Amino acid sequence: MSNKNLRNYWKENLRYLAILLSIWFLVSYGFGILLHDALDNIRIGGFKLGFWFAQNGSIYVFVILIFVYVRLMNRLDEKYGVHEGK
Amino acid sequence: MSVQTWTFILVGISFAIYIGIAIWSRAGSTKEFYVAGGGVPPILNGMATAADWMSAASFISMAGIISFAGYDGSVYLMGWTGGYVLLALLLAPYLRKFGKFTVPDFIGTRYYSQTARIVAVICALFVSFTYISGQMRGVGIVFARFLEVPINTGVLIGMSIVFIYAVLGGMKGITYTQVAQYCVLIFAFMVPAIFISFQMTGNPVPQFGFGEVLDKLDGLSEELGFAAYTSGSKPLIDIFCITAALMIGTAGLPHVIVRFFTVPKVRDARSSAGWALLFIAILYTTAPAIGVFVRTNLLETVPNMPYSEAPKWFKKWETADLIHFEDKNGDGRIQYYNDKNKSEAFAATVAANNLKGNELDIDKDIMVLANPEIAGLPNWVIALVAAGGLAAALSTAAGLLLVISSSISHDLLKNAIKPDISEKSELLAARIAAAVAVGLAGLIGIYPPDFVAAIVAFAFGLAASSFFPAIILGIFDKRTNSAGAISGMVVGLAFTAIYIIGFKFMDWDPKYYLFNISPEGIGTIGMLLNMAVTVAVSRMTPAPPERIQHLVEDIRIPKGAGAALEK
Repeated sequence: MSNKNLRNYWKENLRYLAILLSIWFLVSYGFGILLHDALDNIRIGGFKLGFWFAQNGSIYVFVILIFVYVRLMNRLDEKYGVHEGK
Repeated sequence: MSVQTWTFILVGISFAIYIGIAIWSRAGSTKEFYVAGGGVPPILNGMATAADWMSAASFISMAGIISFAGYDGSVYLMGWTGGYVLLALLLAPYLRKFGKFTVPDFIGTRYYSQTARIVAVICALFVSFTYISGQMRGVGIVFARFLEVPINTGVLIGMSIVFIYAVLGGMKGITYTQVAQYCVLIFAFMVPAIFISFQMTGNPVPQFGFGEVLDKLDGLSEELGFAAYTSGSKPLIDIFCITAALMIGTAGLPHVIVRFFTVPKVRDARSSAGWALLFIAILYTTAPAIGVFVRTNLLETVPNMPYSEAPKWFKKWETADLIHFEDKNGDGRIQYYNDKNKSEAFAATVAANNLKGNELDIDKDIMVLANPEIAGLPNWVIALVAAGGLAAALSTAAGLLLVISSSISHDLLKNAIKPDISEKSELLAARIAAAVAVGLAGLIGIYPPDFVAAIVAFAFGLAASSFFPAIILGIFDKRTNSAGAISGMVVGLAFTAIYIIGFKFMDWDPKYYLFNISPEGIGTIGMLLNMAVTVAVSRMTPAPPERIQHLVEDIRIPKGAGAALEK
């Protein structure tokens, strides 16, 4: 595989990481901690929203993030031909 | 049937299963012993990782801690799950491609330095021993409470079970036992939670149900002078730093990382991190619900209750010395409130009711174990919780034992002291090291140092401030060289260790906390220091050799991972 191809693969990978980790940061440190008090004014099904993100919501998002990453990377591997044999 | 009979039956069945699996999956080679031959399917590896990760602390203590800490308890929920996102995105696929057996292996090879390898081995050993002592203690407590044998006998029984499957089966035996243990522990955790959620809210899904009780709980808490359950009392920056230290620490713990060496391919390493977190999330999203239910139950029944009318579970845990009551104002009632609340409004309440201080101390660890009794659930459910607690403690202990034994036989013996050792002798050495480690862990369980709880902060702080930056930069920054990594690890470790030892063991005054950050959260700052030093020193010293730069390029692409393990 050529060096340029490799660099592009790595660049796209880093872009995915930046996006996914921003969401990771936003739901936990953002919604769950820094904005916790402000979000507590919004209520969903008995929960104050900030509290819900801190104790339940962020965890659901974490799980989704990993599976999204798995899908994105599997496609990226195929696109650049760096996937492993079946 | 009595609780005790049920406990004997359920614990007996689960132990028989573990031993059966151990005999079926004996390890025949070092590769099987260290990484289960690298052939574990991702979903099963996810389950095993979840059981490995969820310790006696997650199963027994966490919901109890949250029920007393309220919002502040969120640090554990986010901290011990969010780390898996870092693992999946930043570590697991690359370490799997690298394809060796241990974390010190990676550090030693990537930084082409025996010193780096040894530093990593010492950190791995320290973190693992710290952690395992808590597990053995957990086993002892469950046995003592539910089977009414002395704690020490309980520890001995636990040791012999772990001994059989860890020494015989190595990683292969441990992995398949952990799959069974996951099933036992999650069933044991969910059954009482569903029962109680249905009892209290009419909704059988605890995750949805507990929202309805929160307002009531906030009210009850404030009446007794506590902070409202849903708002915290710790400074924001401390919550932030503790969460970060736990997340980064999770991603740097050797017994978690090593699990991703056991799957066949890079894509499996990514997805098994996802499965692991999914299986963990089932327990971690239920725990806060249990915390809320238990706390509400407690605050509704106990405060101002005449001592003579205290329920059976109360008396039972009192004899075990885990509930403590002292009638300070002599009214024969249990006065439970926050006597540290000095506000004027609350002082009036205290005076009006002639309160002379809080009269009730409850050990947080018993909340999950006592929960089914408090809610009056059938005996088999109570026994099930005992079996679940044991599964959680044993699975974590076994995973840690493996890290200890492979650090000694592989990283020290094979890679540092005697490189020409034969495969057979290395396997024997691994087994002996595992056996000795079981013995040591048992001793710590029988004679626990009284700082076990405080030392957990240490394990996470150290993992966060030493391994994590070295591994991340090793993958994402080609320019990082051995001088940078070693000085970074030393600075990060020293800073974190001094801060924790000072404030935790030498009674430094908390008013000198750096930016209000408690020792639990200081690993975050240690990690940042480590990164800064590593990057700076690497830029001032020569770049790593050509072959290392090629190695880094190679681990960045998945192709060829199957072969990497054969090298």
